[in-house]
Amino acid sequence: MKNKMRKMLGLVMAATMVLGMTACGSTEEAAAPAAETPAEEAAPAEDAAPAEEEAPAEETGAEDAADADLSGSITMAGSTSMEKLANAVAESFMAKYPNVTVTAEFTGSSAGVESVLAGSVDIGNSSRNLKDSEKEGGAVQNVVAIDGIAVVVDPANTVANLTKDQLVSIYTGETKNWKDLGGADQAIVVVGREAGSGTRGGFEELLEIEDKCAYANELDSTGAVMAKVASTPGAIGYVSLDVVDDSVIALTIDDVAPTVDTIKAGDYFLQRPFVMATKGEISEQSETVKALFDYLASEEGKELITSVGLITVD
Amino acid sequence: MEFSIFGNRKSISLVERIAQAVFTVCAFFAVLAVASITIYMILNGTPALFQVGIGDILFGTVWKPTAAEPQYGILFVILTSITGTALAILIGVPVGVLTAVFLAEVAPPKLAGVVKPAVELLAGIPSVIYGLLGILILNPLMYKLEMAVFKDSETHQFTGGANLISAVIVLAVMILPTVINISESSIRAVPAHYKAASLALGASHIQTIFKVILPAAKSGIVTAIVLGTGRAIGEAMAISLVSGSSVNLPLPFNSVRFLTTAIVAEMGYAQDMHRKVLFTIGLVLFVFIMIINVGLNRLFDKGVRKDEK
Repeated sequence: MKNKMRKMLGLVMAATMVLGMTACGSTEEAAAPAAETPAEEAAPAEDAAPAEEEAPAEETGAEDAADADLSGSITMAGSTSMEKLANAVAESFMAKYPNVTVTAEFTGSSAGVESVLAGSVDIGNSSRNLKDSEKEGGAVQNVVAIDGIAVVVDPANTVANLTKDQLVSIYTGETKNWKDLGGADQAIVVVGREAGSGTRGGFEELLEIEDKCAYANELDSTGAVMAKVASTPGAIGYVSLDVVDDSVIALTIDDVAPTVDTIKAGDYFLQRPFVMATKGEISEQSETVKALFDYLASEEGKELITSVGLITVD
Repeated sequence: MEFSIFGNRKSISLVERIAQAVFTVCAFFAVLAVASITIYMILNGTPALFQVGIGDILFGTVWKPTAAEPQYGILFVILTSITGTALAILIGVPVGVLTAVFLAEVAPPKLAGVVKPAVELLAGIPSVIYGLLGILILNPLMYKLEMAVFKDSETHQFTGGANLISAVIVLAVMILPTVINISESSIRAVPAHYKAASLALGASHIQTIFKVILPAAKSGIVTAIVLGTGRAIGEAMAISLVSGSSVNLPLPFNSVRFLTTAIVAEMGYAQDMHRKVLFTIGLVLFVFIMIINVGLNRLFDKGVRKDEK
């Protein structure tokens, strides 16, 4: 038995070696002609690298000369709700400035601002306005985007407006029927998102009903919430403002309709700012951090903010 | 040297040995996969058990993973998985086994020619399709039933039809093909002389089916039940769409969350301890499936062997 095993092992090893040798051989073969005839062919191996380095510099010329020069790192920490935004910004910023590394951690808004005040990170992400105590500590509030949350009901629902208190009582399970809110005699089906969702976090935080909600449906995507609300009589749900369409009705809250304008004006209640706090004004920050804020304010940056379902600040 | 099964003694023995080596490597691939999954699940699933407390996780009833003081009780989730699977088996197995009897014994060949391909198609339908149909057809029906049953209830939380019953029905349909196919082949494998003898002794066809053929096919039917149970407890996609996914006691009209859907629903944004607990849920599910596979097989094996003696 042992003998057999040893033989087998030998075979396997031999096979590996043969494979390895053929593999090496093929790369050598491929490399050889390139080395012999560097000028004629495309010169895949040796000449490619310098050519690539030159090309972008020539194409983009002076305007983006800073791209290549800018190097360093930016560290962010803070709100979990801003994870999607922060990761998108980090990714596209690093694509634009290849020599800069952006790292983002998601520790919660308060922890993020604490870190920036302690100087351990460059930017503290906060999905709420900064507190006075934090501002006194030297944190500067830079609102980069606004998160708007729409409350949606099924198209047959006759209730068009809810007050903040009514919304709270629906989501905590106290009000169970639309007739108590001026609608038809129809049970309320409370639809929400799963724990950990940024929309859920924002919604519950704004209504101050964190972890007090009695959900009948906890769905794991915005699309699922929309589909469920659209197809279930008496359902109510919340979604990011940007996905609202004709399949549902977006309620007015305290008589204010959820639109980009009312949110920017601060009239619509279910909204929260996404703040990237810095220690001291942006102008006092390092070149890389300044570039990041410039990027966010640029057309490209605004597109990015819209693409993650947020509203830009003008 | 020619690599062929023909040739001289030397080359044949070489081919034999290489073939043996290839087979062995392939066999160990499956073992490697199982072993690495087991190790990975244990390594990732156990830390949270001890950090949160075994009792708090397994016997806690409050699931609030993102609260300021998070609670990670998954008792309701475990109970839901057990109840849901058991009910699905209770519905699916009788229907499945009787369908298998129909196909193998009763059906005229023409009718069997229609039913058999239908069952095979059912097996090939992706689980997400079951879920979509559940949302479109089952949930609205259940919602009507719910509104009728809880018409005057002050306390019931309406779920819009996303409840345990919907999930059980979907699961029962999903395990049908497994149960039918395996039961049918085991019924067909019963030696023809058993049936002939029974009929010759004066038993009717139906008596023969229940007294002779089904008992003789018992071990195959048991395999079908075990595999069906495995499929039901491991299913995530379809039931995540129809069950409502709130953590509640598994009562018929409650919105419920299964072990599988608990992982699927929250893996996306979970962090730190929350994430670790999701791995623990995975470990619990893994242990359940191991127990079902090993335990049920062994249990029924003993029963079958006793019968054979």
